[in-house]
Amino acid sequence: MSAASWSPGEDQIEVQRAPEPGGAGGAYRAFGETLRGLKTTFARVIEGVNTIQYPEQKVAVYPRFRGRHKLHRFEESGLEKCVGCSLCAAACPSDCIRVVAAENTPEVRVSAGERYAAVYEINMSRCIFCGYCEVACPFDAITMGHDYELSDYNRGDLIFTKEMLLAEPVDSSPLRAEGE
Amino acid sequence: MSLAIVDYYEPWWIQIIKGIIVFAVGLQIVPLVLLGERKLLGRFQGRYGPNRVGPYGLIQPLADILKLLGKEQSRPTTSVGPLYIIAPVISIMTAVATFAIIPFGDAPHIFGTRVGLYGIDVSIGPLYIFALSAIAFYGLMLGGWASGSKYSFLGAMRAAAQLISYEVSQGLALVGVLITAGTLSLTGIVHAQRGMWYIVPQLAGFIIFMVAAFAETNRAPFDLAEADAELVGGYNTEYGGGRFASYYFAEYLNVVVVSGVATTLFLGGWMIPGWHGQWAWTDPFVVLIKMTLFVIFFVWIRATLPRLRYDQLMSFGWKVLLPLATLNLLVTAIVVVAVHK
Repeated sequence: MSAASWSPGEDQIEVQRAPEPGGAGGAYRAFGETLRGLKTTFARVIEGVNTIQYPEQKVAVYPRFRGRHKLHRFEESGLEKCVGCSLCAAACPSDCIRVVAAENTPEVRVSAGERYAAVYEINMSRCIFCGYCEVACPFDAITMGHDYELSDYNRGDLIFTKEMLLAEPVDSSPLRAEGE
Repeated sequence: MSLAIVDYYEPWWIQIIKGIIVFAVGLQIVPLVLLGERKLLGRFQGRYGPNRVGPYGLIQPLADILKLLGKEQSRPTTSVGPLYIIAPVISIMTAVATFAIIPFGDAPHIFGTRVGLYGIDVSIGPLYIFALSAIAFYGLMLGGWASGSKYSFLGAMRAAAQLISYEVSQGLALVGVLITAGTLSLTGIVHAQRGMWYIVPQLAGFIIFMVAAFAETNRAPFDLAEADAELVGGYNTEYGGGRFASYYFAEYLNVVVVSGVATTLFLGGWMIPGWHGQWAWTDPFVVLIKMTLFVIFFVWIRATLPRLRYDQLMSFGWKVLLPLATLNLLVTAIVVVAVHK
């Protein structure tokens, strides 16, 4: 509506209000609405259940799902990608990554760079799965995996060591197919 | 108005066996209702309900009850000891006692003597029910008051106001049936429904009775006495373990009992229309099936309707239900007199 053609009252709309509650009419309407509600709930019975029986059935995760971290190696040489730069630990908002770097020697060559991570620990009980470590890593050495079943009986068991992060994870979570 | 005609005598051992059976059946039905409610409620909400404990979750109620009974019996320091302990007992006792008069069949010949398939056929059937439900209210009231907690007390006050308001309408709705049947005996009322169930001539009375029954049993949408969103748990907030289990048990047994009463008064008890036969072994099962339908209806309503506000509850009870019940009674009385003339 342009300003020129505006006339007071033209833009008012009549709002339909519900009838006053209470009284015999209110009870009659409430009875009708109750029947409508009963129909609605019974339709859910006909429809069947919508739940997923979790431990037996699982929801497939999306490819970019941020689950448990993985550390990677180079496929050809088998050397670790991580060079122990601690950028992930610096980026971590919950401060749950601990990296202790050590020098590679010609005899003991662990990573492709000058240094390697002698200790690499992630405290999963503190991790918030934000994925900043993955973003911060200059060598794509750490990525977020798809595993989300991380509960344990002891807090100590939730500190994942380098060996655990490097190991091929037991893929317990199905991955969503393309376009699914 | 004729009283119950008891023209046979039951030996003492039959009466003891009947007492045990009534109590045992009551105890067995409640866990089934518990499980059935949770399963059905799940279906009404698009989920399965409990299905982990045992096959299809069948022993879930056993797990629940064992958990409750295994808990420590604690009580608040502000509570009033004896009343706090006796309140759940009153609740459960009245529920079981009411269950005793629901007739599951006529009085057939078993063991060479006539045995009435009910705990006792009192000549004042509905009055007995109302007397006991009035005592049952003390269970809630004393429990809420003796807990010494504000939430409990609020729940108890609500329960008191609610039960008093709706018992009037429920009573008036029943009087219509009593006038039509011309007897106060529950078996007599069932016999009077041989031709037609009273749900047909007393449809208004039936609806009023059912609405009041929801309020009497503290079930949704009238569960203000234990409105968990506002009052934590209402009158049973401070209860735990076996005592809470007693309250819980009494509540569900009340649902079963009200279903039984509605079956007897409005759905013709063990009568099936068009079938005028003698006693058959199927009679108790007919009653049980009808009761099950009522229990399912209770759950269905719970899955559908949100809780009423307190003033809505009161104005509905006094301004709508009571005039309707009175009108129903008046019309019934006039029609009965006109027909009998």
